[in-house]
Amino acid sequence: MSSNEISDKNLPHEQGSAHGTAVAENPFADPGLPPHKPRIQDVDEQAAKRSERTVALLFTVSMLATIGFIASFVIFPVDEIVYVWPIGHVSATNLSLGLTLGVALFCIGAGAVHWARTLMSDEEFADDRHAIEAAPEVKAKVMTDFADGARESAIGRRPLIRNTMLGALAMVPLSGVVLLRELGPLPEKKLFHTSWKKGLQLINMNTNEPLRPEDVVVGSLTFAKPEGLEEDDEDFNNKIAKDALMIVRIQPQDIKDRRELEWSHEGIVAFSKICTHVGCPISLYEQQTHHVLCPCHQSTFDLSDGARVIFGPAGHPLPQLRIGVNGEGNLEALGDFAEPVGPAFWERG
Amino acid sequence: MSTTTDAKRKAPAGERVADWADGRLGIYSLAKANMRKIFPDHWSFMLGEICLYSFIIIILTGVYLTLFFHPSMNEVHYHGSYVPMQGIRMTEAYASTLDISFDVRGGLLIRQIHHWAALIFIAGMFVHMMRVFFTGAFRKPREINWLFGFLLFALGMFTGFTGYSLPDDLLSGTGVRFTQGAILSVPIVGTYISMFLFGGEFPGHDIIARFYSIHILLLPGIMLGLVVAHLILVFYHKHTQFPGPGRTNKNVVGMPLLPVYMAKAGGFFFLVFGVIAVIAALFTINPIWALGPYRPDQVSTGAQPDWYMGFAEGLVRVMPGWEINLWGHTLVLGVFIPLVVFGLVLAAIAVYPFIESWITGDKREHHILDRPRNAPTRTALGVAWVTSYMVMLIGGGNDIFATHLHMSINSITWFVRIFYFVGPVIAFIVTKRICMGLQRRDRDKVLHGRESGIIKRLPHGEFVEIHEPLSQSQRYSLTAHEQYEPAEVGPAVDENGVERKLTRGEKLRAKLSKGYFGEGNQVPKATAEEYREISSGHGGHH
Repeated sequence: MSSNEISDKNLPHEQGSAHGTAVAENPFADPGLPPHKPRIQDVDEQAAKRSERTVALLFTVSMLATIGFIASFVIFPVDEIVYVWPIGHVSATNLSLGLTLGVALFCIGAGAVHWARTLMSDEEFADDRHAIEAAPEVKAKVMTDFADGARESAIGRRPLIRNTMLGALAMVPLSGVVLLRELGPLPEKKLFHTSWKKGLQLINMNTNEPLRPEDVVVGSLTFAKPEGLEEDDEDFNNKIAKDALMIVRIQPQDIKDRRELEWSHEGIVAFSKICTHVGCPISLYEQQTHHVLCPCHQSTFDLSDGARVIFGPAGHPLPQLRIGVNGEGNLEALGDFAEPVGPAFWERG
Repeated sequence: MSTTTDAKRKAPAGERVADWADGRLGIYSLAKANMRKIFPDHWSFMLGEICLYSFIIIILTGVYLTLFFHPSMNEVHYHGSYVPMQGIRMTEAYASTLDISFDVRGGLLIRQIHHWAALIFIAGMFVHMMRVFFTGAFRKPREINWLFGFLLFALGMFTGFTGYSLPDDLLSGTGVRFTQGAILSVPIVGTYISMFLFGGEFPGHDIIARFYSIHILLLPGIMLGLVVAHLILVFYHKHTQFPGPGRTNKNVVGMPLLPVYMAKAGGFFFLVFGVIAVIAALFTINPIWALGPYRPDQVSTGAQPDWYMGFAEGLVRVMPGWEINLWGHTLVLGVFIPLVVFGLVLAAIAVYPFIESWITGDKREHHILDRPRNAPTRTALGVAWVTSYMVMLIGGGNDIFATHLHMSINSITWFVRIFYFVGPVIAFIVTKRICMGLQRRDRDKVLHGRESGIIKRLPHGEFVEIHEPLSQSQRYSLTAHEQYEPAEVGPAVDENGVERKLTRGEKLRAKLSKGYFGEGNQVPKATAEEYREISSGHGGHH
């Protein structure tokens, strides 16, 4: 025990050791509870009456406010908008119900507290505390009882029972754990693939039409989804969470990354819109620098340099989708992303 | 029958009901111990009450909201009365939240009271815990109640998060996405947890319904149990009190539960509820109608969580994007480290009482509160923790600071990265010095009295200020605190000249004890001898 090694002398003297010594002897001795000072309400019945009227007034205002609440509920249509200076246009129901309810509640509280502070006795009393710890004889009795109980159960004498019981109790929660398996599917390779595959056209998110190279001008930021994915589809959200694309056109001579240029179509590049940090959709584009910024955690990527991370908490570049032009002159994917889109995870590698 | 009732007066109805209950519940014994129970008074003791009352308000309004909210991710086209959303595809969760806001009379009010009360609940717990920490109210016998309180704080954060995620609006959906990304960063099991939590890939069709049962059943159920346990322990231990005349470690001085605290605390519930209702009437919170329904490919700028998640947001924002790829696996340190630090920052709160009691080696009960200045190292540690928390709140709002103050987001982020480490150190040193200064001032006041502001000119021309001696009560209050002496490891050899084996823990404890109570880490309080020496005779000069 460390407490044996280190002396307990560092503990201060028991507080209140000055008690019992006369105050005159010890300038710091506890003079005891100060005498009670009467309030004006304790000595002046007029003042007490005033307090009483104030409390009653507050309770009355509360009653009126509740009536106001019910009236507002009946009077104001739910969609009525009123202009109130300085807060502006607000819902009439919300404002009137909230203010009347607030006043009704507040006045009850104010009345009760005023009552307590001015009319109820404010004399302070001292109550004794009792040690939380049990007295030694109580503890001794409990220890004996426990020993008796333990002996009578024979748990110490029959370890076979004890061990099998512990085993059973340890194992039975496993059933609950096993049941949790039904919460969802195994990850398998789900996070590695998106809907994109060779030949799928890039559909403009705004017009719902296939994108043509001439639609994408330098300086614009276009969002695209794969052909065949419609907003009314049952699993649209799951799909778009991985398929969403950002399309920009960069002058080919400005593209610094060789693979990016190869995977582009005449300077039109398609990157995953899903941030590689924790998966927010990236939406802010600086057309002069070709930087995109994720508004959630400010990861910044350079789209002219393989979407390299230039600032912020993202750990790797945005995946690029290899694109080309099909027979009809529309942009199409030349395959799926080469790597998983979105946040990194253990199996990503 | 009639003969017996003639002899005895007929008890009033209230008493008869009480008799009936006493015969079954034993309420008289309960009331005997508690009805006139004494509670000490101090403004800071109401902070916990704010938490309790806002918790009750949250439960009341939350039950009402469940009557109208549909926790479903089935997609519908909106046809309610909010015109801008007409015909838009959204989940039933979002559509029913719009209905609560626009088609249920008073629905918006209750929603806003619920949300405001949640914000105040967690802010209240934060400040209440600071009160308990800085006054040392967590010491024996209250360590377990500190843990209950800590759990309420931590669970409150998660209950709040699952709650504001339910409307499935663009902002909260983004927050859920962030959570899913953070879960993915967990080594080995991250993808499994994500798939199981979301019932498949993000966002799936289950998360709102699952968050709903977590938000309205699982977490509040646990919290309700903890609140009850917390209150029972407050009653059982009796409240702590500040030092003052007549207040000792063995008594509790104040006014009785009935009637004063019944009226004050009961009234305070209505005050808190009233103020929150007025706030909800005047200030919009979480206008989900302005944000639109969640879609994984859309986002708004200036996305912020509720305030209590701000420090976690900050950790994630300012962390450099470290990723280690080895043997076909990825260790996403850029996200996982913030996740771990988040846990450690909270765990530090939980374990502190046990660390301090190990350092002091004090096994006695403490019912008299410390004034923060009289525990300089503890106070400085607390302020350092708060500083790091606040720095991370700045980190969590780095975009807001950048746009509102026209500053570079990169420099704000770098400021946070550096000050997360430097800030707490500065705060520690400054706080400790301030505490020591205040201790010195207390000592001077006790020994020399209060500066009266009256300047006296002595016959030989010298000017002195007259100091008025303190009253006995003031002297007592300023010297009632205890001062520990630093623990010593003792001599390196024992009495037989044999080298003593000191464990590393003992050496560490002695070192920490010196840091808490050693020379220069606290100002020795005035002693009676010093006082007598100064007050006898040469009073003019100081």
